[in-house]
Amino acid sequence: MRSVYLDHAATTPVRPEVLEKMLPYFSEYFGNPSSIYKWGRETRAAIDEAREIVAAQLGCTPAEIVFTGGGSEADNLAIQGFALANQSKGKHLITTAVEHHAVIDTAKYLEKLGFTVTYLPVDEYGLVSPAQLEQALRPDTILVSVMYANNEVGTIMPIPELAQVCQKAGVAFHTDAVQAGGVLDLNVEKLGVNMLSLSAHKFYGPKGVGLLYHRKGTRLDSLIHGGGQERGHRAGTENIAGIVGLATALELANQEREETNQRVKGLRDQLILGLKDRISEVKLNGHPTQRLPNNVNVSIRYVEGESLLLNLDMQGIAASSGSACTSGSLAASHVLLAMGIPHEIAHGSLRLTLGRESTAADIQYLLEVLPPIVDKLRAMSPLFPEGEEKDV
Amino acid sequence: MYSEKVMEHFMNPRFVGEISDADGVGTEGNPVCGDIMRIFIKVDAENRIADIKFKTFGCGAAIATSDMVCEMVLGKTLDEALQITNATVAQALDGLPPNKLHCSNLAADALHKAIADFKERQVTLETGA
Ligand SMILES: Cc1ncc(COP(=O)(O)O)c(C=O)c1O
Repeated sequence: MRSVYLDHAATTPVRPEVLEKMLPYFSEYFGNPSSIYKWGRETRAAIDEAREIVAAQLGCTPAEIVFTGGGSEADNLAIQGFALANQSKGKHLITTAVEHHAVIDTAKYLEKLGFTVTYLPVDEYGLVSPAQLEQALRPDTILVSVMYANNEVGTIMPIPELAQVCQKAGVAFHTDAVQAGGVLDLNVEKLGVNMLSLSAHKFYGPKGVGLLYHRKGTRLDSLIHGGGQERGHRAGTENIAGIVGLATALELANQEREETNQRVKGLRDQLILGLKDRISEVKLNGHPTQRLPNNVNVSIRYVEGESLLLNLDMQGIAASSGSACTSGSLAASHVLLAMGIPHEIAHGSLRLTLGRESTAADIQYLLEVLPPIVDKLRAMSPLFPEGEEKDV
Repeated sequence: MYSEKVMEHFMNPRFVGEISDADGVGTEGNPVCGDIMRIFIKVDAENRIADIKFKTFGCGAAIATSDMVCEMVLGKTLDEALQITNATVAQALDGLPPNKLHCSNLAADALHKAIADFKERQVTLETGA
């Protein structure tokens, strides 16, 4: 049976070139980077080099990078670390209704600590506008956090415009760029952001390592206290192999960015057209053009997402859904609901995210396999109108 | 995450369909949770379930429990069928993941509603006659 992985928004495989760079830092070069002897100097040099590579990719200085244990930690550090360090200036934060849980749940936690949070609603495409943000700003607003690209529907937010609103008001701006890493322009000057989160495993690097860019002068409290690593922003002996892997993966992804995006976008559009062509009552969720080149998110009416995923899995295809059953909660995706999509249609959402190794044959296979699965599930569905007539 | 038995009933359900002249129909669940189950029964002169079919919108557990409950009660008397609970259906499937025990395990409830619907129709018939 074919194996077709179409869940690159969840995670990606480590590229062989990346793994090769990482391997020496497990057994051969294993010294603690804080040690003064040769073993320590070797691994310190590796981290310094990785930090420089990353800084060049983001257009910032090495001192503005904090390596973390992944994207979630970077988001937590940005929001919680900033809020705690700056609470004397105000206790109001603004974010959006469609953020990743790493951001939303951190904001909710801060509400428990006495902060106030505004969750900006989005339009039908999952977008917030600069005007909307401007209106939500208050004299006691200290931080705004808006994701660069949405992990479920792929909608790309107008970050430079949103950041500019904050700049004018003297409010710090953070963006969760986890889904944009290696895909969109990450130059922090062009974006105009004060903080930016990334996670290596979304761009063919290892899991459990990420980073937070924080502009010089941005005060942050540490979440993890201890040995003073990462200039006191993140204690703990460094994940050397992971950091080297992150830097290598980001550099490679950016080198190939234009070319990969072009090719993947072609496949994406082919896939969207194919789905609309072969299945009735499918609707594309998210923005038609302002979306990640690798993201397809559709609602297939009258069927439920988990049932689709299980059937696809039986045919060797990996995909994702915003249905309640796959999110581990009892509600459908907060992103789809925030976009005004009704519950039963949100439960029937299917996310297919392409990667650098995806091929036209993969798309073809999916387009062959999916329609019969949909037919079968619709024939079982009490919501499907034709199904009711057939049996009578 | 699902047992082999759940996957078998989910992939190859034997009781999918509708009974156009059903003696009782029961629907349980709601679209907000993402599960809707509808059960159709035919009842014979001895109060036995002579035929049973289901239509379900929902996850793997919702479809598997629907099919399982049909298998469990086909040929049984209504009293026997009323003994079946959501828990015994889950047991017969070698268990369900904990997060599925709540929202997606409503097939026995749908069956009980179908039986109640049948009994109500009997009363209407009797009083009407
Ligand atoms: C938008 C977004 N933010 C944050 C995260 C969390 O990243 P990580 O899995 O590295 O903690 C993810 C990925 O799951 C994501 O898609």
